[in-house]
Amino acid sequence: MDILQNLAMGFSIALSPYTLMLAVVGCFFGTIIGALPGLGPSNGVAILIPITFTLGLDATSALVLMTAVYYGAMYGGRISSILLNIPGDEPALMTTLDGYPMAKAGRAGDALVLSGVASFVGAFLATIGLLFLAPMLANVAFLFGPAEYFALYLLAFCTLGGMASNNQAKSALAAAIGLGIAMIGIDNSSGLPRLTGGNLHLFDGIDFLVAIVGLFAIAEVFFFIESHGRNTSIGVKLGKVKVPWRDIYATRWTMLRASGVGFVAGILPGAGASLGSFMAYMTEKSIAGKKGGFGTGVAKGVAAPEAGNNAAAGGALVPMLTLGVPGSGTTAVLLALLMTLNITPGPTLFTDRPEVVWGLIASLLIANVVLLLMNVPMVKIFVRVLMVPPWVLLPGVTMISFVGIYSLSGSYFDLLLMIGFGVLGYILRKLDIPTVPVILGILLGGNMENALRRAMVIADGDFLYLFSSPVSIGLWIAAIAGFIAPMFLRNLLRKPQRITD
Amino acid sequence: MASDRIFGLVMAIVALAYIASATQIQTSFLSDPVGPKTFPVMIGSVAALAALFMVFKPDPEPEWPGLRTVGALLVAVVVLVAYAYALKPLGFPLPTALAAGLLSYQISPKPANAAITGAGLSVGLFLLFKYALDLGLVPFPSGLAG
Repeated sequence: MDILQNLAMGFSIALSPYTLMLAVVGCFFGTIIGALPGLGPSNGVAILIPITFTLGLDATSALVLMTAVYYGAMYGGRISSILLNIPGDEPALMTTLDGYPMAKAGRAGDALVLSGVASFVGAFLATIGLLFLAPMLANVAFLFGPAEYFALYLLAFCTLGGMASNNQAKSALAAAIGLGIAMIGIDNSSGLPRLTGGNLHLFDGIDFLVAIVGLFAIAEVFFFIESHGRNTSIGVKLGKVKVPWRDIYATRWTMLRASGVGFVAGILPGAGASLGSFMAYMTEKSIAGKKGGFGTGVAKGVAAPEAGNNAAAGGALVPMLTLGVPGSGTTAVLLALLMTLNITPGPTLFTDRPEVVWGLIASLLIANVVLLLMNVPMVKIFVRVLMVPPWVLLPGVTMISFVGIYSLSGSYFDLLLMIGFGVLGYILRKLDIPTVPVILGILLGGNMENALRRAMVIADGDFLYLFSSPVSIGLWIAAIAGFIAPMFLRNLLRKPQRITD
Repeated sequence: MASDRIFGLVMAIVALAYIASATQIQTSFLSDPVGPKTFPVMIGSVAALAALFMVFKPDPEPEWPGLRTVGALLVAVVVLVAYAYALKPLGFPLPTALAAGLLSYQISPKPANAAITGAGLSVGLFLLFKYALDLGLVPFPSGLAG
């Protein structure tokens, strides 16, 4: 009953005309951002955070707006996957496998509507799951001491590195770069500057927003300059859009199963949406067998990854809200948003600021319904967005990033840092070094060190204290397994290559 | 091969420099058992290990762009740095038009399109930020506006 009461409170916050308006606006722009090739959910949400911050919205409104953008971008990502065969972000890759062949066969409209419905089912079920699981996990999380938190952060880095990268050393290096950057600035407990090289600008540390916008948005500009925007030719034409009731009905169990698989994958810290859509697609593929025709443009192959991807996006919010550990790149960006708004995720969030949590959950449900209503009849409008040529889009993205970061602090130094991170992001991605662990490191570095130091204060410097409780031992084992296991499972988990014409 | 080795070597040196400067961190007399040095040293060690791993077991060489594209990328970086410095003294519209136009030209070398993009983005974004979102932007060079 508690949950219903809390939910009612959440809706009373989220259903005010003003927040509702914000949700609709957020969904609209989110879908556009997701649909634009080269501007995935992480990029889009990242460049909008500084601007939302300077608009001076209160915490709940800003959160409603940005989660609407986040969910909208997840919806929008499928449009470029299906029509252009260009995944807007990593999880959308699986949607191209059947979505693009289906569109080429003249069923682009069907594929778009079907994937929209699948997204809705996945996101809706995941939000329901979040509703029940998050408060329970928050109660468990109260038992976590600093030693457990330290192990948990380690687990996030290990699984993220294990799952998201092809080379463990590279992801470990990426995490270390991020953590190392987080150490720069005034030390919290002694009050003395660390690793600043005497540079006064660095005394406050490096703002994670500067790093995120640089690594995501500015680096993307360099990639477009390299390719001269060649990869963005218009793919398939979209005919009349009708609702393919038969396909929706035929894929009902697929959607439900994929949502379940995706949700579970999303909860694992560090695994996130890519794993969710991958597992959902692979499960359905093996259930359907060879006769299923996966990869040739079948309805199930479109529905499964989209439901899985969106369910994972919801599932990833569970560890993010209750433990403060994001499960993927986009949830890392959402964590950055919360930290900018001075909200500390963790078990205390549920007791101290219930209006934020339940307002957020209610606005997720609302955003989801708005997106479904918006995406089916208005899909043609969003498809128009794909025609924006990259030589207009990318300079625009750059200028918005500059204005956002500049309006945060008004210093040249942050802008130069942002460009530096852009160059770093380009080199890292060229060398196949994942950038998400870098961001996670910058976000979590301070907390991770604090957890270690508090644990050592409790144990008076005895390092064995880190392994003293069953929970922390379990987390350590999971962390080591999560880091090492993918080395052996590499062949099994090999991602299917993008199909080329 | 070579790229991974070079990058690994550079990162290993950076990591060692990081560890060296971490050992120089001042400690106050009120310190906790761990102190402000330990964690940075740990991170530096992990980075050094991972970087050395890259040196000795590199991945296949990525596809690097040709010299002309590298030139275009360098031009883009210079344009962005100049833009960062110009934004405050010269106001928003003028540097934005130039920077956006130049970037657009680097992506697709058509002067007319680039010029229109620069001018359009400059005016459009200025109106959007100034009036719709009410961000404080300087419209013109401070010298001219007086």
